[in-house]
Formats: sequence, structure tokens, C-alpha cells
Amino acid sequence: MSAMPQYIQGWEKIWHYALRVFVGLVLFYLVFPILVIIPLSFNASPFFTFTKEMLAFDPDGYSLEWYYDFFNDLNWQAAVKNSAIITVSATLLATFLGTLAALGLAKSYLPYRRVLMALLISPMIVPLIISAAAMYFFYTNIRLQGTYLGVILAHTALATPFVVITVTATLSGFDHSLIRAAASLGANSTTIFFRIIVPIILPGVIAGALFAFITSFDEVVVIYFVGSYQQHTIPWQMFSGIRERISPTILAVATMLIIVSMLLLCTLECIRRRNERMRRGQL
Amino acid sequence: MESVAQQEQVIDGATLKLRFRRAERRKRYGALLPVLPLLLFIIITFLFPVGEMLLRSIDNKKVPNVLQMSAPLLQQWDASGDALPDDAVYEALLQDFVAGAKDKTITAVGQRLNYEVSGVSSLFRKTARRAKKIEWADAAEAREAMLKIDAKWADVNIWRGIQRFSSATTAGYFLAATDYRYNPAVQEYQKNPEGIYISLFGRTLFISLVITLLTLLLGYPVSFLLSNLPSKAANLLIIFVLLPFWTSLLVRTTSWIVLLQKEGVINDTLVALGIVGDGNRLEIIHNQTGTIVAMTHILLPFMILPLYSVMKTISPYHMRAARSLGANAFTAFRRVYFPQTIPGIGAGVILVFILAIGYYITPELVGGAEGTFISNRIAYHVRSSLNWGLAAALGAMLLVVVLVLYWCYDKIVGVDNMKLG
Repeated sequence: MSAMPQYIQGWEKIWHYALRVFVGLVLFYLVFPILVIIPLSFNASPFFTFTKEMLAFDPDGYSLEWYYDFFNDLNWQAAVKNSAIITVSATLLATFLGTLAALGLAKSYLPYRRVLMALLISPMIVPLIISAAAMYFFYTNIRLQGTYLGVILAHTALATPFVVITVTATLSGFDHSLIRAAASLGANSTTIFFRIIVPIILPGVIAGALFAFITSFDEVVVIYFVGSYQQHTIPWQMFSGIRERISPTILAVATMLIIVSMLLLCTLECIRRRNERMRRGQL
Repeated sequence: MESVAQQEQVIDGATLKLRFRRAERRKRYGALLPVLPLLLFIIITFLFPVGEMLLRSIDNKKVPNVLQMSAPLLQQWDASGDALPDDAVYEALLQDFVAGAKDKTITAVGQRLNYEVSGVSSLFRKTARRAKKIEWADAAEAREAMLKIDAKWADVNIWRGIQRFSSATTAGYFLAATDYRYNPAVQEYQKNPEGIYISLFGRTLFISLVITLLTLLLGYPVSFLLSNLPSKAANLLIIFVLLPFWTSLLVRTTSWIVLLQKEGVINDTLVALGIVGDGNRLEIIHNQTGTIVAMTHILLPFMILPLYSVMKTISPYHMRAARSLGANAFTAFRRVYFPQTIPGIGAGVILVFILAIGYYITPELVGGAEGTFISNRIAYHVRSSLNWGLAAALGAMLLVVVLVLYWCYDKIVGVDNMKLG
């Protein structure tokens, strides 16, 4: 916490603490709903609230029943498999297409740059329900509605804007004299690409890929329209589970997803720190 | 007369200047090459489908295509009088019925017209069923036959409705989306007194606005404090903002269901503390409150992050300078600090608002009947009622709002400067 400047006094002091209390409450509001799920997922009874046994820290109040349920339920297992197939394919495709496009978009002399950028990130701007309805009609017409290919292509389109934005941002700080330096030292364009460009933009590409991954992994509206139950993913299963009959298994799944997002957050933080170090190194 | 220098520049029939310009152009358009695959992909699988869907909002080709014979004849009929169409029109329509009954396209037309004139769908189905077995010699007999199938064919209002919506494009869906309906009796569009869609749009905009203001109210102090703390502490506290940002939307929505429901954590705590009685637990889910509380939580990071990135660039010396020149804390904040944060506020407000009005999942799960958005209605028309034209019209209206707001966002922040995470 920053030390209070010496000249502060009177009601400003109250204000100083009031601000901290208020911010503390807001941060609590942000994190509490997520953390509260974790203990509840170990509830021994099928309730969504803390039982007396749980509050008394009675071991009988806790159980791994819902985790056991998750690992033995064929629907959930299929959902995990579907999520893996769809998310990984869409991420790879989106990262490839998006990075390639960013290589062109980062050049300031690219003709119609603003228009192109607006078109390419449009899947991020159009409300999901409109994209979902449009893609539903489109993939039904070309007979890909309810197929893995259709869902993967739909998710790829939704995820590319995030790759485009992150990689273009990384490239915009790219020092082009490095390329000239490498060329003057005798490197051909393939060597330059793999030895100079790739290492520098790699953190941006990884960050973009993570965004693409989370976009596809978390997406449920478009897949609900373009896919069929055969392609049901983890969020799909959660969505229909909540709508029909909410079971504590969902809390166990949610807890595992929270842990995944914590890992993601750490990865991104590492990339960010590396980027910052590199930028400082370049100066 | 050409100078020597210019002559020397001519190599392979082109001046140096021209060759340079050509090389420049090749370079410029060469940069387009890596963009092309994604551009084509987005155009084919995204922009084209969206455009195609939006066109459904005015597309009415189905009707004149199926009513091949009768639609052109009916256009010539003067609908303003009370006189029914000529016998020839009856005969043409009967022929269309016979043709359309085979592949059931006529019933689809009946469904389409039923959105505008109620009762047409069943009338069309009934007539199509019987039309197959009818034989007639001339137009007058055809008319008799149709009147025998259903007396409604003598109702001038039915004919007015068919005529009004028998052209290849229609404004009907957009009018329906703004609560207008064609009244054949007076031959004009009348406002639906219940006003379903306008009030739904109003509600979507109102709730989104409330959510946006709440995120600003909660987010501004957080960003302010974080940007004024030493970076070690700020980096630690920002995790409180980033964790929900990276957590699955469904997980966060589930959390709110668990917290807010009648037998949920909040109600249980309040009852245990004796603040509310067990009998009158708070109704804070499946209504507007549920939507507002959950969506404010979900969208708060989208307010804090842009605000934070703007506030971080404001030099602390500005405030100190203002203080040393005699401004009190409030004046220094209002006159020096706050104006510099306006771009951040603009960015955050528009971003949150754009995201909020297009929301579907959270209102669907915690919104109940009165906390749902226009998106939920669009989904209903696409998947359940199958009134795709109306869904497209509602979608087009939503999209226009979003695009206008996005244009403002682009003016304030610039798409290139958009930061993620």
C-alpha cells in the first residue's frame, strides 16, 4: 500500500481509507462469487448452499461425490472430448490464419488497412446471437450444420479477431532494422523469418492463441445453433444442465474450470513479464 | 526535346520514376497477400452469412414465387373498394393452390401470410387439401368452388392482406419488429397497443445502461486506486480483476445462480443472521435484479481494464502541481485528473454497453421473464417460432445500434489500440 503523503489530514484521511474500503468491497464482489463455488463443490448433500456440517468443518459434510460423478458420467466425458477436439482445431486454425494476416496488417503501407482491419475483427463486434443465427442458416444450407467441421469453422471465425489484434499489436513494436541487419549479414528470407521474426512475435502469437482458445472453449451460443447434441461441449453441457435441472456436478466442473483459468492467467502473466523485460532490454 | 538525363533513365522502356512507382505498388499489394486467406475465410463463413441473414428481413420472394399466376393478377385489383377480385383471380389462385399443394410450398406461404393476417394459415391449409380434388370448367366455377371450401374467401380483408404481402420484398418484418401491424379493414399499418418489441428494445437498452453505469461507478475507484499504488501491489490486486475476466462465462453465471437463488447462499446467510424471515426470502433471481447483478459482475473487468490502462499513463505530478498551486483535493481531481480519464471512460462505457446489449447466455439463465434481452427473443424466433424474417429484422436493428456504438468506439480508442487482457 502506498504511504499516505504527509500533507494529508482531516476529512481527506477519511476519504483515503474510504476509498480503500470501497475498492476492497468491489474486489470482493469480483472474486467471491468465483471462489464460493470451490468449497460448495465438495458438498456431501445435493444442495447449493453451505450445510450445517460444512460450516462445522465436519468431514462428513464434505465429499468428492460430484467429482466422482463427473468422471463416471458418459455425457460429461463426451463433452470433454468434444471440447478438446473443437477447441484445439479451432485454435490452431485461427492462430495460423490470424498470424498470417497480422504479418500483412502490421505494415503501415498496406492498402485499405483500416477497412481490412474492420472486416477482419467484425466477428468480435457483431453480437453473438446474430452471428449464431447467420451461421445456423449458412451451415444448414451447405449441409455442415450439426457436424464437427461446421462447428470448428464457426469457432475459427469467432476466434481469429483476437489473434489478429494481439499479433498485430506485437508486430507494431517490431524494429524493422533487425531484418535489414540480418539480411546484410547474409541471412536469406527463410532464415530471417525463423531466426528473427518468429522469436520476437512468438509471445504475441501464444497470447493470441490463448485468447482464441478461451474464446472457442467458452463459446456456447454459436455452437448451440451450428452444432447438434453430438458436438456438445463442456459449456454446452453446463448450459443445458442449468436450464433443465442444476446438479452439483456442475459445481465440480466449474471448480475445475476455475483452476484451468488460473493456470491460463499465470501463463499470460509470464508472457507479459517476458515482453516487458524484452522491451526494456531493447531500450 | 528530351534531356540526356531523362533518356538515361529509360531502361526497358520505362522511366526510373515509373519503375519505382511500380515497385512500390507491388510492395503495397504484396502486403495484401498474407491477409487474403483470412479475408476470404471471414467473407465466406461470416460476412456473407450475416448479410444473407439480414436480407431475410425484407425477403418475401416465397409468396410471388408460389402464387405465380395469382400474384400479378391480384396486383391489378383495386383493394380500396369493397368489391372482391374478379373471378379470374379466384381461378388463378386455385391453380396456384393445385400446383403448390403437391410440394406443400403453399402451406409455407400460408404461414408467412399468417404473420400479417391471422387465420390465413389454416385457410391455406384447408384450401390446399381440398383443391387437389376439385375440377372446374371456367373462372366462375373456380370462384364457386373456393367459396364452398371456405366462406372466408368472400372476405375482402383476406384478399387485401394477400395483395399487400405478395410482392418480392416486404417491410412487414421491420414493421412487426417495431410493433406495427397491417390492418386490412382500414388498409393501413396500426400500432400494436401492447408494444412488445419496442418495449423489449427499451428494456434491453435500459438494463444495459444501468449495468454500464454500475460498472463505471464500481470500476472507476478501483482503477484509480490501482493506478496510484506501487506497481508491485497493483500487479497483485489486478489479479482480482483478471481472474473473473479469464473465468468461463458459464462458471460465473452458475456462481450467481448458486448465490442468488431462493435456497442459495445469500438468502441463507440473511435468514441465519435474522435479517429476513425464512418465509419471505428475497426474490433476487429470474428477474431484472438477477440480470443486473450477474451482468455487472461479468462486465466489470471490461470497464476496469481500459480505465486502468488510461489512468496508468497520467503523471502523478499533475495532481501534485495542482495541489501546490492551491487547489484542494476535490478541485485538483475534478479539474486536472478527471478530464484526463475521459478517453478511458468513453472506451469502457461503450465497450461494456456494446457487450451488454448483445448478451444472451446470462439473461437466459438468470433473467426469468422480465430480465431477458432482445437477443433471447431473436433466439426464440430462430429456434422455436421459426419466424426467421422477424428474427432477421430484430437482429438488423440490434446490429445497427452496435455498429453505431462501435464506430464511436473506433473514433475514441481506435481499433488498432484495442488492448486485450
